[in-house]
Formats: sequence, structure tokens, C-alpha cells
Amino acid sequence: MNSTAEISPYVDHNGNLVVERIRKDFPILNQRINDKPLVYFDNAASTQKPKVVIDSISNYYQTMNANIHRGIHTLAERATVAYEDTRISLQKFINASSSEQIIFTRGATEAINLIASTYGVQNIAQGDCILVSAMEHHSNIVPWQILAARVGAQVKIIPINDSGELILEAYQALLNEKVKLVAVNHVSNTLGTINPIETITELAHKVGAVVVIDGAQSVSHLDIDVQALDIDFFVLSSHKFYGPTGIGALYGKKHLLEQMPPYHGGGEMIKEVTYEGFSINELPYKFEAGTPNIADTVALKSAIDYINFLSKDKIRTHENHLLNYATSLLTAIDGLKIIGTAKEKVSVISFVIEGVHHQDIGILLDQKGIALRTGHHCTQPLMGRFGISGTSRASFAVYNTIEEIDIMVDALKNAIKMLR
Amino acid sequence: MNAIETIQDQVISEFELFDEWDEKYGYIIEIGKKLTPMPDQYKVQENIIRGCQSTVWLASEYKNGLVTYYAESDAIIVKGLVSLLIKVYSNQEPKDIISTEPYFIESIGMKQHLSMTRSNGLSAMVKQMKIEALAYMN
Repeated sequence: MNSTAEISPYVDHNGNLVVERIRKDFPILNQRINDKPLVYFDNAASTQKPKVVIDSISNYYQTMNANIHRGIHTLAERATVAYEDTRISLQKFINASSSEQIIFTRGATEAINLIASTYGVQNIAQGDCILVSAMEHHSNIVPWQILAARVGAQVKIIPINDSGELILEAYQALLNEKVKLVAVNHVSNTLGTINPIETITELAHKVGAVVVIDGAQSVSHLDIDVQALDIDFFVLSSHKFYGPTGIGALYGKKHLLEQMPPYHGGGEMIKEVTYEGFSINELPYKFEAGTPNIADTVALKSAIDYINFLSKDKIRTHENHLLNYATSLLTAIDGLKIIGTAKEKVSVISFVIEGVHHQDIGILLDQKGIALRTGHHCTQPLMGRFGISGTSRASFAVYNTIEEIDIMVDALKNAIKMLR
Repeated sequence: MNAIETIQDQVISEFELFDEWDEKYGYIIEIGKKLTPMPDQYKVQENIIRGCQSTVWLASEYKNGLVTYYAESDAIIVKGLVSLLIKVYSNQEPKDIISTEPYFIESIGMKQHLSMTRSNGLSAMVKQMKIEALAYMN
């Protein structure tokens, strides 16, 4: 720890984050829902935004709004610099070797669709196989199903055990020279499982398959080093790690991105256009047709700066503390079963309660100002795997507290009493 | 004032007795549990109003000029809310069902459930009830 951190109001004398101070940075938390203080436990769906991010959006429109990469005037230059600063910031954040390997998209979903429509169509053919895990979000299943139907390939599922961990032996058994692509999330949005992506990648590479890692749920919790992990493609969504909605990114290895055809046609992605045809712009612009979401991209840098300022290490320590505390309290509730008990987990807890429907839990906890997520979490096949129709899910972020978990557990016990 | 409106007003005055949200929801849960079971032959795929979170089955019969509704759900609060709709609209004439809006929902403070969880909010159920009533008129 450096000396600045020691005297920072954000860190106590034990080196732990001062959550009361952090909460002041998130204006939305300071409100009442149904006349109760808001308890926001739906962070895996979307995190709240610190004031620096909100201010950054406002500041962009007040001081530098102009279209990027085109104008010669001062505002255009200012906007372009700010936009490209975020790219560099994101490059460092996931340790990519160059900023041109960061392609801005609307989010992780669009990034996956981009890979499927370009790399996929170009490299996957009739009879080939795409592997996805049993715990994928619909956004990391459906694009591959669409691609498979288009080219005549097959999507196969890497099974998981009852704890919600990938069965690596089964994965190895599925790997052969027909497998051209493996798509797996880094962290499961429903189970919280951290997948061993280094091993997954290493094994895939042995049969010549490329690996797509869906990092939507991991970026806010884990350190990402795409080079050390030798990842081919990595996708992320800004709103899952304290940044604005509507912006995300695709990271790809340079030689893969270079060989891929463009995704969308339009301005920015071209070098030259004639009535007869066009030539393609260089990376990353070749994949960024049209005027992008400049304001939110600029503000994303503030989110990254904020995380770096707090440090992921300290964020993780706090979140793991919340996870362990909530897990022990929830496990003690009669008839409650946690879905997703992997050894390696982030601060996401899904659970079902005997004789109680998750929707009823969601409605009653909302009356107490508690935002839980209930339902299938866009992982319907995974729900089928566990033989359930949905779960209640609490997911914690850096601004959540032990006291909030107590409030949730009390409300939960009360709800169960009402519903049984 | 038609019979549907009279029943709605009764429901509204019943709910006026509750001061706290948990009393209100406690009552909805209770009537959900007491809802007349749906005859087995109606609990079929075609009668499902599928939502993002829970499943609702809705069916109706038409006898002597009156529509009788049956419903079932795997979630108890939704079942209680549907049971209120059945109390209001069941055993009524199609023309009244079609022409009367369920204004009681807002009056009893359950407005948020109209659009809840995408397609199986109360609005979808009211719509389905009216569609079935309309079919009996033709």
C-alpha cells in the first residue's frame, strides 16, 4: 500500500475499504424505495454509477460534444482525445498489448454477435463444432446457435456438476479437431462460479480452437490479463462495472481481428469509397461503423479510474466478506438451498426456497426496498439443468454492507413466513 | 353501475381496512391459497399465459349467458391477484366484462402489478379474460 492510500478516507487503518465513504459516491443509493432505505442487491444485472461517471457524461455534453475522428476543430479534437483515452484505459485495464485491439461495441452481447458474424462465418463450416458451457447466459448461446444454423455446424454443451462447476474431463472428451470455437463465461451470472479460463484456453488451443471469454460478470471482481491467459477473444459490458449502459468492448488477438471481415458497413470503417466499392479502414475503426456512443465511452474511463483508485484487490476482499457472511446466514434458513456452490465464486448468491416461488420473494422484498433479482437470469438451459424454473439472486458490489445483508435476511424470513 | 363495478367497489372497501403493506399482501396471499382449483382438463399448455417469472393458466366456461373463469399459478401473489380478477369478472355477462375496466387494481395500490414481469402482468390477464368474453358474444 502506498502512503497516499494510508491517509485516504477510503481506506481504514487495517487497509480495508471504508464503505460508508464509498456509498457517498453513489447518489442513487441515498433514496427510499417503498418508504424504506434502498438495498440494491442486483449488481450482477447492472451496477450503480459513481458520481464521477455521472459527472463525466454531463461534462462531455457541456464541454466537448462533437463528432469524433472527423472534424479539424477544437471540440472534435477534444472529443476524439477523450474517446481514445478510454480505449487506452481499457487496454491497460485488461492488459491488452495494444489499444487497437479494443473494439468498442454496445456491450458484451454485441461483441459476441460481432465475433459470430465475422470470425464465425469466415472460419466455421459444415460439420464443425462450437462448444459452450452449460452455464452460459443466453447471449453466449444464441449467437452461436444462429451461426451454427447458418453454416451447418453443431453447438455442443460442456456439462457442469451439481456445485455449478465445469466438468473438465467432459470438456476434454468433447475436444477434437472438429471443435473450432469454445465460448465460456469467465464468471457465471447466475451461479457466481469462476471458471478456470486459463485451463479451458490451453486445452482448446491444443486442438486448434479459438476461445471466446464472456467477461461481462468478471471485470468488476477479478483482475483481467488477456495476454497472460492467452485469450483469443474477450468481451465486456461497461454497465456491469460501474460504467454507463450502452457501451462495451471486444478484445481480440491482433492477427484474428486483422483477418476478420468488417461487421457493419458505414462511415468510419472505410479507408476509401467509390461508387464501385470500398477499402477497409485499419483496426480498431474497421469494426466501428457509424458515430459511436461517445459520451458513455468517455465516461467509462471514469469508471475504470474509480475501480483502479479503490483497487480491485480491496474490492474483492470486501465482496468476499459479504459473500461469506450472506452465505452463512442464508444457509441457516430452513428449506433454503443455494444454487451454485463452486469452490471459486464471486459475490453472487442464487437460491431457491422449498415451497416458495421466487417471484413472490421478489415482490415482497421489493416492498421492503430490497432489489433482488428473481427469475431465470437469462440462463434458461441452466435452470433446466438444475430442474428449477428460477432462483432468487443477491449479488453484491463494493458499496454493499453487512447491515444490508441483515436487512435482506430478516425480510426473507418474514416473506417465507407470509408465503408458507 | 353494473355488477362488475359493484364488486370492484366492495374489493376497494375491503382493502381500505389495511394500513400496512404486509396486511395487504398477507390478504392477497391468503385468497391466492383459497382460489378454487382449476379443473384438470383446463390446466393445459394452450391455457398458459407465460411470463418471464411465473406461469398463469386461465380458462373459462360459458353457461346461461354468463362467463365463469378459472385460473391457476405457480406463484402465490400472482394467484391472489388473479383470484381478485376472477371475483370481479366471473359469473358476469360478456358485454359487461368487455366494457368494464378493472379500476380497482389502482385503487387498492396494486398498480405496479399491471405491467409486472413483462407479458404476464395483470394487464395480460385482463386482456385474455376480455378476449374470451368477446368470443362468447360472437
